[in-house]
Amino acid sequence: MSSSKGQTILNWIDERFPLTSTLKAHITEYYAPKNFNFWYFFGSLAMLVLVIQIVTGIFLTMNYKPDGTLNGAGLPVAFASVEYIMRDVAGGWIIRYMHSTGASMFFVVVYLHMFRGLIYGSYKQPRELIWVFGSLIFLCLMAEAFMGYLLPWGQMSFWGAQVIVNLFGSIPVIGPDLSVWIRGDFVVSDATLNRFFALHVIAVPLVLLALVVAHLVALHEVGSNNPDGVEIKKNKDPATGIPLDGIPFHPYYTVKDIFGVAVFLVVFSAIVFFAPEMGGFFLEHPNFDPADPLKTPPHIAPVWYFTPFYAILRAIPSFLGTQVWGVLGMGAAVVLIALLPWLDKSPVKSIRYRGPKFKIMLTLFIISFIGLGILGALPPTAGRTLISQIFSVIYFAFFFGMPFYTKNDVGSTPVPERVTDTNSRRQIVFLILVAVTVIGATLFAKLV
Amino acid sequence: MTEKQVDTGRRRFLTVATSAVGGVAVAGVATPFLMSFFPSERAKAAGAPVEVDISKIEPGQKINVEWRGKPVWLLNRTPEQVKNLPKNDDRLVDPKSEVDQQPKYCQNETRSIKPEMLVAVGICTHLGCSPTFRPDIAPADLGPQWLGGFYCPCHGSKFDLAARVFQGVPAPKNLEIPPHKYLSDSRLLIGEDK
Repeated sequence: MSSSKGQTILNWIDERFPLTSTLKAHITEYYAPKNFNFWYFFGSLAMLVLVIQIVTGIFLTMNYKPDGTLNGAGLPVAFASVEYIMRDVAGGWIIRYMHSTGASMFFVVVYLHMFRGLIYGSYKQPRELIWVFGSLIFLCLMAEAFMGYLLPWGQMSFWGAQVIVNLFGSIPVIGPDLSVWIRGDFVVSDATLNRFFALHVIAVPLVLLALVVAHLVALHEVGSNNPDGVEIKKNKDPATGIPLDGIPFHPYYTVKDIFGVAVFLVVFSAIVFFAPEMGGFFLEHPNFDPADPLKTPPHIAPVWYFTPFYAILRAIPSFLGTQVWGVLGMGAAVVLIALLPWLDKSPVKSIRYRGPKFKIMLTLFIISFIGLGILGALPPTAGRTLISQIFSVIYFAFFFGMPFYTKNDVGSTPVPERVTDTNSRRQIVFLILVAVTVIGATLFAKLV
Repeated sequence: MTEKQVDTGRRRFLTVATSAVGGVAVAGVATPFLMSFFPSERAKAAGAPVEVDISKIEPGQKINVEWRGKPVWLLNRTPEQVKNLPKNDDRLVDPKSEVDQQPKYCQNETRSIKPEMLVAVGICTHLGCSPTFRPDIAPADLGPQWLGGFYCPCHGSKFDLAARVFQGVPAPKNLEIPPHKYLSDSRLLIGEDK
């Protein structure tokens, strides 16, 4: 087939569907800042994990049975069907481990992606809607992960769902009826399992995909932010109208992202093959026992990605005869993230050109978030509850104090006109600091 | 075609009226979908009363019975345990059981019909975990004042042996006492009291 023949077909399509112009607008002629660094891998990685989850999920539904009744051997059918996938379906175990690892890795990349937005002010004007769409994606992911976790119908599935659904029950007046409405029964039961399956497999993924499209369309409308927080559209080549600091997404960032994908898949495969349970953090041990509505496992903890919010829930005591405050606190912890564009009053975007106040608050916030995550995974003690309370206060202070401490908080270096080089030494030092914080906080939490 | 002035007021009225009627239709269509989330007739019918033989429960022993899919505890308290109950009173949220968490006939010191036999729904009033039975006196993890009771592993709520909640824990209320009645000395019916 000659190229002119190919061109003819392309023309035929373009007259009927905007193929070439769409590819140009979003890939070959989408100009992204040339100074993207390490932190800019995680958006495309999140897309990759989404694809992994959808593909593996489709194959899992072919053998999974959302049925809470007991089979001939006295096991719940749903639980037995997961064992069947793991033991008898050819390739079943690897598909399931990809799906379960994918769930955790989704949160890993999304948390890092959100952190990137935080340090470089990617949520600030004119990217508020990108951030709001992203926050909604995060919310959908949490719903998706929570409902998916019920499906294996193990002990942790059952009691985790019991606890979370009962959160809604603590809302005054309508709460008890609302939790019955969510469960479809007076306890978590077969009805709950079936509806969670429907929502996990159809409803939430559809919303998620729509939100991802909205997230990207909004991004490509305003253009990507970058580590300097400089708007590259302000400096265009007068002849071509192309930003001087912009490079086309393809081939430059497709190649960069493929490198990121390769590294990511090495890590992903290592987990799938060597540590799919991740010591009980990705797949919790009590979930290898079938759901027993009469017996709570001795220690209930959510999967690691929910533990920071769970720790906030536990840290807030009940008063005035209701425990709704903890639930409100946990809800606020999520909602506040979406409000960042309006809480941040700083005249600059990137942390590189911010003053010390924001840097201190962000450091405290990250320590609190990780600390809450560690504490939320451990059984409560008086000491841990107190530390959780301190961390919760810092968590909220980061958001509620933001309008005040970001005002006029600029660093000594002014924001440059054009983008600058990345200082990779600074990034390595930063990563080491984070690692030390995590390890230190874990040891500390084990001791108290 | 003659050029006519567009009557924008009329257009706006028609737009609003159509939207309003359409909105009512959407709400109407949504109703069966939202209703379908409530428990089905079969799920509602599953709440039948349960009859239990209590003659085999030794003093100090607790058994679990399933009623409406929930664990119901039957604890035959020893005389010592019954005697110890008032000692907890000043550390409880609701020692007199004033909050409506039990039938009228159980609003007493022991929260039971027979002083020794506790019948309680074993679902924590915080977030619905099932607390663990901890009859041991003053264990290391629960402190020297512990006279036996129930400890919720999820969020650390504590209850005494009359299923009354202690102060300073997440659970806001005492555990629920289900409606029940004795058919004879050894037969107990849970879920019905008339």
